[in-house]
Amino acid sequence: MKIGLIVNPVAGLGGAVGLKGTDGPEIVAEALRRGAVAQSGLRARRAMARLAVRHPGAEVIVAPGALGADWVAGLELRVRIAALPAAQGSAQDTIAAVQALRPCDLLVFAGGDGTARDVASAAGQGVGLMGIPCGVKMHSGVFAVSPEAAGSALADLLADPAALRWDDAAEIMDIDEDILRAGRLAPRLYGYARVPQLRSRMQAAKGGPRQDAAAALAGAGAEIARALVRDTLYLIGPGTSAAAVLQALGQRSTVLGTDAYLNGAIVARDARSQDLERLAAGRPVQIILGVTGRQGFLLGRGNQTLSAALIARAGRTGLIVLATPEKLNALAQPMLWVDTGDPGLDAQLSGFVQVHTGPKQRRMMRIGAAA
Amino acid sequence: MTRLPNFHAAKWDEPVVMQLGRPGGRGQLFPAPEPEVAETVGANPVPEAMRRKDRPVLPEITEFEAQRHYLHLSQMTLGMMGVSLFGTCTMKYNSKTSEFATWRPEIAEVHPYQHPDTLQGVLEIMHDFGGILQSLSGMDQFVFQPGGGADAAYTMTAVARAYWADRGQLGQRTEMVTSIQAHPCNPATAAAAGFTVINLPLEENGYPSLEALKAAVSERTALIMLNNPDDMGIYNPEIRDWVKAAKDVGALCFYDHANFNGVMGKLSARELGFDACMFMLHKTFGAPKAGGGPAVGAFGCTAELAPYMPAPIVVKQGDTYALDEDRPKSCGKIREFWGNVPQVVKAYAWARAMGAEGIQMASDISVVANNYMDHRLAQLPGIARSNPDVTKRRMEMTRWSLAPLHEETGIGTVEIANRMADYGIDPWWMSHEPWIVPQPFTPEAGELWSKEDIDLWIDVLAKIMQEARENPELVRTAPHNQPIAQVKGDAFEDPSQWAMTWRAFVRKRDQAAAQGAA
Repeated sequence: MKIGLIVNPVAGLGGAVGLKGTDGPEIVAEALRRGAVAQSGLRARRAMARLAVRHPGAEVIVAPGALGADWVAGLELRVRIAALPAAQGSAQDTIAAVQALRPCDLLVFAGGDGTARDVASAAGQGVGLMGIPCGVKMHSGVFAVSPEAAGSALADLLADPAALRWDDAAEIMDIDEDILRAGRLAPRLYGYARVPQLRSRMQAAKGGPRQDAAAALAGAGAEIARALVRDTLYLIGPGTSAAAVLQALGQRSTVLGTDAYLNGAIVARDARSQDLERLAAGRPVQIILGVTGRQGFLLGRGNQTLSAALIARAGRTGLIVLATPEKLNALAQPMLWVDTGDPGLDAQLSGFVQVHTGPKQRRMMRIGAAA
Repeated sequence: MTRLPNFHAAKWDEPVVMQLGRPGGRGQLFPAPEPEVAETVGANPVPEAMRRKDRPVLPEITEFEAQRHYLHLSQMTLGMMGVSLFGTCTMKYNSKTSEFATWRPEIAEVHPYQHPDTLQGVLEIMHDFGGILQSLSGMDQFVFQPGGGADAAYTMTAVARAYWADRGQLGQRTEMVTSIQAHPCNPATAAAAGFTVINLPLEENGYPSLEALKAAVSERTALIMLNNPDDMGIYNPEIRDWVKAAKDVGALCFYDHANFNGVMGKLSARELGFDACMFMLHKTFGAPKAGGGPAVGAFGCTAELAPYMPAPIVVKQGDTYALDEDRPKSCGKIREFWGNVPQVVKAYAWARAMGAEGIQMASDISVVANNYMDHRLAQLPGIARSNPDVTKRRMEMTRWSLAPLHEETGIGTVEIANRMADYGIDPWWMSHEPWIVPQPFTPEAGELWSKEDIDLWIDVLAKIMQEARENPELVRTAPHNQPIAQVKGDAFEDPSQWAMTWRAFVRKRDQAAAQGAA
């Protein structure tokens, strides 16, 4: 198990001084002008200090200088510093560092959603990620709950590498900061990353069967697929959970966009709201959705192509939701959230929905209005 | 502070019984038959076809050596030799008096195929104990066939299936509604019986909201299955409204009394509106757990559901007791014969010894004991009570979380459980799945354990939490004072590393040797 560490030294700068994020050099300059003090390095050090206490002498490969090495100095760790070109003070630094640390099995990064996007795209598939939460925006499913929790999780992984299981379906989400600053949230799903499953150790201790999240989703997807009716337009939202229904129907899904399914065929792929609204005219509409990890968003995060008009057509009873029990158990609050942009509609959607958690398994979840 | 025991378990490090002894070793030597006997029965009374050709592979040791070996093994087990506040299991002393009762020939030497006229005593006990459970629950009929709590939950799902099939509604009534914090046997058995399981999440009060239940139940609901109080130790005061909401859509209501100890004698499942309930005789009623079986989940229900119960049912006809097998609407057998009868006898002995007042007082003591624990545990920095905003007193157990200590030291509930064994304290119960509360543990004092025992248990926990801060490695690598160190769970998933019989052991050992040589 090789662990790499990358610090985005400017992550989170914007938050403390009233900016909505820190994407791009102009914003960094503005944040510094407003007196922002970088926190990400200190938070990375908190995580690594916990690792050093729990697992003294653990080996960590780090990016040089402020991108890593500065923050682990003096800790009881075996530190190797990767060779890198001089830092530019931009996202290029993160990407170059990821490439230099690529032989690692697990890349630990200190940053927010923007850093997660950069790290995930540069690392490619098959490299595990763990975020030390430092950013202004943290909608992605790759972050530990605190720096100390990240350090503890690393120590657990090193203590028992055989127990490690990967989850390849952690969402990488980010918000377009320009739009956020104008007062609207518009997060997008950028892809999926591999993260270590931080399981309770109960299963192994009891020798019981491991829960298979993929099998649970496939079973739930097949059950929903069998119950689809003719002449209803089904909108399949972004995400691997909703995609399980199309998979059960033998169809390929867009995963990162919204597809439409009618009478046994996909009638629109990665469609825009206007196209979906045209298809929905004169027909019943149902929407098949997953849930975003940790935050528990159902509508309004990463699936903005589902317009308020379309959601209103479906109503709460027209929402078909899939999520694994593990994902629901890991939510920060036991709630699902909607933010459709229409407060009246959000209020109408509030109430309970049955989430399909596996074949013949459901969980009642309360929907609340995010605003 | 209590003086903590300077404990060390026995470690005998001796081979399994098959590897002890020597050829010719015998427990007892019997004299050869007298000539008259030999002449009467023949030289070899076993018919030729039934004689084995090879010698059986049996240990060849003396009776004394066998006794010594098993005494040593018993000394190397953990169970009940220390203080065991194992929540949700309601650990009680299994009295020797009731044990002796089951050794009597009227129990030990009878067989269910005997004519009922020769079984009147044991049938009377089963009938009368059913009556005791009826008065505790308000139900009309009990059956003892299920071999444990989960088996009794399964009995409920089988009864519900038969009930809805009899009404021609099984195709419509396909769903079972339960709480995410119900014992997992409820969703598991409903799923095994073919129902779709709908779980309700816990909300602010520490139990699911009535609103969630009302949103979940419909004309598709076959039954709801509930614990109350649940393992958080929180009693759901809206339970009558819950039952009413389920009844309003026609569903059956099942009360899983796994956590009966805090409410026994205080409430009646029937009076709350339930159609059926189950008691675990090996928990609440002082019968042994016997290491995971044999146990008894006593299943009781109303007269309306009784025709669908598993048969036979013990009935009283005039002054005699009989077995009613002629029950055409029965869901069928859940288990062979009448269940684990010695357990029923022991539970009967417990109930008769306690009496109605004793049972009431025991439930009071178990709630007071837990509230005393709550009070002391709340003073230990590093642990947190589940649902900390719920200020109402808990019932007979409370779920706690070690998350603060784990965040601080990396030592969690598994490590502390292992370390407790080093002090002669039985490792605690953590939680059923899923772990809603991080790093959980769930103590339950019940009415058995003295204040001194409870204080010792808490003082040991406090000491281990101090060790976690000062010397976490000591806790992480525990146990140190036990015959074996940490059990590596991975081996359970590799059949080549374990064997349930001597024959399998020899085969797997030889296979491993052959592979090593190749």
